[in-house]
Formats: sequence, structure tokens, C-alpha cells
Amino acid sequence: MSTPSPQETAESQASAALGREDVAGPGRDAVAGLGREDVAQLARLARLALTDEELDHFAGQLSAVLDAVAAVGKADAGDVPPMTHAVPLTNVTREDVVTPSLPRDVVLAQAPAAEDDRFRVPQILGEEE
Amino acid sequence: MTAPVNTDLTQLDAAELGRRLAAGETGSVELTQAYLDRIAAQDDVLGAYLHVDAEAALARAGEVDAARAAGAELGPLAGLPVALKDVFVTEGVPTTSGSRILEGWRPPYDATVAARLKAAGTVLLGKTNMDEFAMGSSTENSAYRPTRNPWDPDRIPGGSSGGSSTAVAGGLAPWALGTDTGGSIRQPAAMTGLVGHKPTYGSVSRYGLIAFSSSLDQAGPMARTVLDAAVLHEAIGGHDPRDSTSIDAPVPALVRSTQEGARGELAGLRVGVVRELGGDGHTDGYDPGVLDRVRETVELLAGMGAEVREVSCPAFDLALPAYYLIAPSEASSNLARFEGMRFGLRVGDDGSHSLEEVMSLTREQGFGPEVKRRIVLGTYALSAGYYDAYYGQAQKVRTLITRDFTSAFDDVDVLVSPTSPTVAWPIGARVDDPLAMYAADLCTLPASLAGLPAISVPCGLSEGLPVGFQVMAPALADDRCYRVAAAVEAALDATRGSRFLDELTQRTAA
Repeated sequence: MSTPSPQETAESQASAALGREDVAGPGRDAVAGLGREDVAQLARLARLALTDEELDHFAGQLSAVLDAVAAVGKADAGDVPPMTHAVPLTNVTREDVVTPSLPRDVVLAQAPAAEDDRFRVPQILGEEE
Repeated sequence: MTAPVNTDLTQLDAAELGRRLAAGETGSVELTQAYLDRIAAQDDVLGAYLHVDAEAALARAGEVDAARAAGAELGPLAGLPVALKDVFVTEGVPTTSGSRILEGWRPPYDATVAARLKAAGTVLLGKTNMDEFAMGSSTENSAYRPTRNPWDPDRIPGGSSGGSSTAVAGGLAPWALGTDTGGSIRQPAAMTGLVGHKPTYGSVSRYGLIAFSSSLDQAGPMARTVLDAAVLHEAIGGHDPRDSTSIDAPVPALVRSTQEGARGELAGLRVGVVRELGGDGHTDGYDPGVLDRVRETVELLAGMGAEVREVSCPAFDLALPAYYLIAPSEASSNLARFEGMRFGLRVGDDGSHSLEEVMSLTREQGFGPEVKRRIVLGTYALSAGYYDAYYGQAQKVRTLITRDFTSAFDDVDVLVSPTSPTVAWPIGARVDDPLAMYAADLCTLPASLAGLPAISVPCGLSEGLPVGFQVMAPALADDRCYRVAAAVEAALDATRGSRFLDELTQRTAA
């Protein structure tokens, strides 16, 4: 067979997504792994400023976890539909009527910073990124 | 040795306390004070609570007593104290979900279940400790402090609802609410000798429950007896228009089923023992003592007229990997809301950091290690290219697990297993080994993934520590869990000649 398996395709796409070529992917028998750089990149995507110690520590731990969870690949589930939810509900609607919202001052009282009846946030525009 | 005469209110079950309140034999203030005294005396060691407001609790209890004295018509729960896991938002009462990122936050509204308990006249004693964002099986992942097991303070109380389990088992609350995503009600109940029930997904409102994994999270009762759990469950259950995943169906008659079960009415009940959860060829990681107690309990059920057979659910072998992909994936998405802008902690907002840097610094300082690990893992599992192999495949496994349940329930009425493969382990033993920690959830994960009701009821001791027996039922058949659990409880009490938790009362009194 010359066509790549779904896993192989997934691996190469993910390698590209992570900006590197040497990702060991989650093949049926392959040992999955997450390197320090992978963890750093994932943490950036998730807005987590991990420390060097955490990066070292998590890379090993997460590789072990990934090895374990890769076992889902053993299931013969080709035509099985994915289950997203235990309750088969779709499009739960209600009458479009106005109900009271929480008072603004009550909500803003719990904000880390507020100004002029609004949430105050760090500058968004004009950043280099 | 004879049991000491029990005059301590905090060692009684909620049903008895409710009877005494209604009969005027005790008042809510007296009762609430008894729990507050015990909390003051013991919680420095046990660490069950993150927040206790004695003044507010006593004021509330005084209102109930005054209303009763004035002849007001009060419900059966009026004046009974209760503890809530700190994952439920409570108006004006600090709520952290066990995380530093929400330290000091006072929510502006009540979770539906908290509002329902308030309306029923209960007295909130406080908010109980938990693994941060409910991620853990030992409560050691709390950002504030570990919780200790009243049976042995050097051991974990289970998790993530370990503050609730220790509070109830230790007599620091008559009953409590927990939440269960992968076993977080049932496993701590098993570890501390309590009854804990995870309701059918969607049958108890999630509104105001700080989300971990939204397709799995479910609130439920933790109590000293099956009857107490049934009463508390009926009080919180039922449709809530503010939770779009809420099922619009009546709560089954749980108290009635409990009473029937307690009379041993099990003739004709078909019980399936799940081979993959501790059966032949699947005993790795299980304590022999746990398997012995479970085997004896199954024999007990057979003795009461139940038809017992072994059932195979092969996909259950993959429940653990599927869960530890699905839950972190949903968590990585849910926890995006904690970015330090609208509530909670904000770090680095000094004019020298960009918005994204402030978010990253806030999350770095606000989240603990297990939360970070799961966010990274979930981000990975959902990333382009890996989605199909991990998250997508896990969702297919979820379908296979649900199919195994469906075909099993063609032949049997309930499925049974141990609740946890082991008894409570020493504090610290698994804290830096995520996989060892995750293995604690082996038996509870299948019902979580399928959204089915499951209860844990004490079935004896192993190594002097409580063992839990799990009963799983089809969706919306929560009453079957209560019926079977009540039969187990009644038979065990009859054999022992006392309530299961009396064992702990006697030990701690000695």
C-alpha cells in the first residue's frame, strides 16, 4: 500500500503544526512522545508561561501519559460514530424574552480591575505581535 | 466490647437529625453549633473545609428556628446543615474550585443546586476542599491544603470531592454535595465509608458548577446512609431551564426505592458482575481485600434473590485512555475563561506586559501542576493533525463503551463492580506519578463516559479501611442504584449489628 495511513498523515500535519519534523506520533505501536519544545509550544498556545523546571518536568510526565492514552488507537473503531455527549439533545431553545441581568456594579466588584463602569484590561492594540 | 451510647449529634444521619428537628427535640442553632464546634476542633488536622462562615450559618439556623417556633410550614430539610464542594458557586460566599486563580472571588449568583438547597431551608456550613478544578483522585491537588482521611489521617480521602467525603465521614457535616466527572463522588465516598451517587448525566443541573469537562460533569449527594443520599438527591434533582443539557424528566422515586431495597426486595433482579472491572484476568492493580469484599457482597445479593451472572464489556479496558483524552481536551477549552480579565487573579498588569503576557503570567501563577499538565495534554489532543488520532478516536471508544452498556442492560438490570481498585493510599504516594493517580478511576470511568447513574455503597473493610461497592444502571434508572445499595447497606448493617460508620465513631472515640 502506498497511501499513507491516517496516523501517518496526522503525524506529519502535527509536526508541521508544531514547527518541527521529528515528532514521534501516536501510531498503533509507536511510542508517543512530547519533547520539551513541544510542551513549550503547546503552553504558548494555551497562554501558559511555564517555567524551565516545569518544562523539564512536564515533558517526561506527559510523554508517559501520552504513551498510555495512545491505547485508544487499539480500538477497532473505523466506522463507529464519535460520541460527543451523553444526552442526545440538540438546539435547546426558549422564548426570547428579556430577563434581568446581574447589576453591572455587582459584576465589576469582582473584576481584577475596573474603570468607568467597564473591565479595565491591559493594552490590546499597538502590540508588536 | 459494647458500643457507647451515642449522644453526639454529629454522628447521626441526616434523616434522624431531620426527625429531631421536626419533633422539636433539637433546634437548628444547637445542631449547627455542634458541627461548628467539631469543625473548630478537628478541621485544622482534617482539612475538609476551605471556607466556613460560622456567623452566617448560625444566623441562618436562627431564622429557621424562629420560623418553626412561629408555626411556619417547613420542608423536611429545613434547619439541616449541609456542606458544598467549592466547585459550586455561592452568592457572596468565597468560591475557589480549589484554585489560586479564584482566591478571594465571591460569586454574584448561586448555582441552581445551591439555590434549591437554600430554598429547602438548609444551613450552609461551608465550602469543602477539592482537587484544583476537580482534577485529581486524592484532593492533594488542592492549591490550599491536602485533606486527610478520618479513618487514617496519614491517608488520602479520595478525590476530587475529598473535602466533602472527609467532612461527612468525620462528622463535620451531616451530608454534602460533590461533583463527579470521572469518579469524583463515588471514589472518595468509597475511601471514607460513605454513600455517594453520580446521577444520570443531565438529571441534576450544572448551572453554577465551575466547569471541568462539560460532557461528563455531574453533581450528586454524599451521605452517611443510602436514604440520606436519596433525600438529598431528590432535593437537588430535576430539570433546570438554565442548563441546556438538563433532561426534562421527573426525578425517579429514590426514597421509595431505597425503602424497598432496605427491605431486601430484590427477587428477580438481574445483576451483572463486570468481568473487566476486577474479574478473572482483570485483577492487576486491585487489592485482594477489595475483590474479596465485592465478591461477598455479590453473594449477599444472590442470597436476597437476585440472579447474578458475569457480564463482559470489552471496551471498558479503554475507558481510562479515552477519559484522559476527553476530559483534558474539554478542560483545556473550559479553562480558557480564566485569563485574569473579568474575575479572579491578574498578574503582571503593571504597564510593562502585553495582554497576552498578562494572561500567560496569570495562568502560570494561578494554576497548579496537574491543571497545567491537563491543559497542555488537552491542547495537544485537540491540535490540528492529532485530533483524529486522539480526541476523535477517544470519542469513538466512548461510543463502544456505551454500546457495551446497552447490550449488557439487555440481559441485566444493574451492573456491579468495585468502586475503586484499592483502599485509600498514603498521602504523597502517587502525587508525582499522574498515571498511578489516574488508575484510581479505573472502575468509575465507564459510567461517566456513558453518562449513566452509578452509586458507591460501603461493603466492608480491607486492611481496616472502607471498601466501596459500585452499582451502575441505565440512564434515568437511578432508582435501581439506590434500591440495590440500600439492600447492601441493610444486609451489612444486620451482619455487623451496627451502622457502618459506627466503626469509625468507635475508633475515634477510643
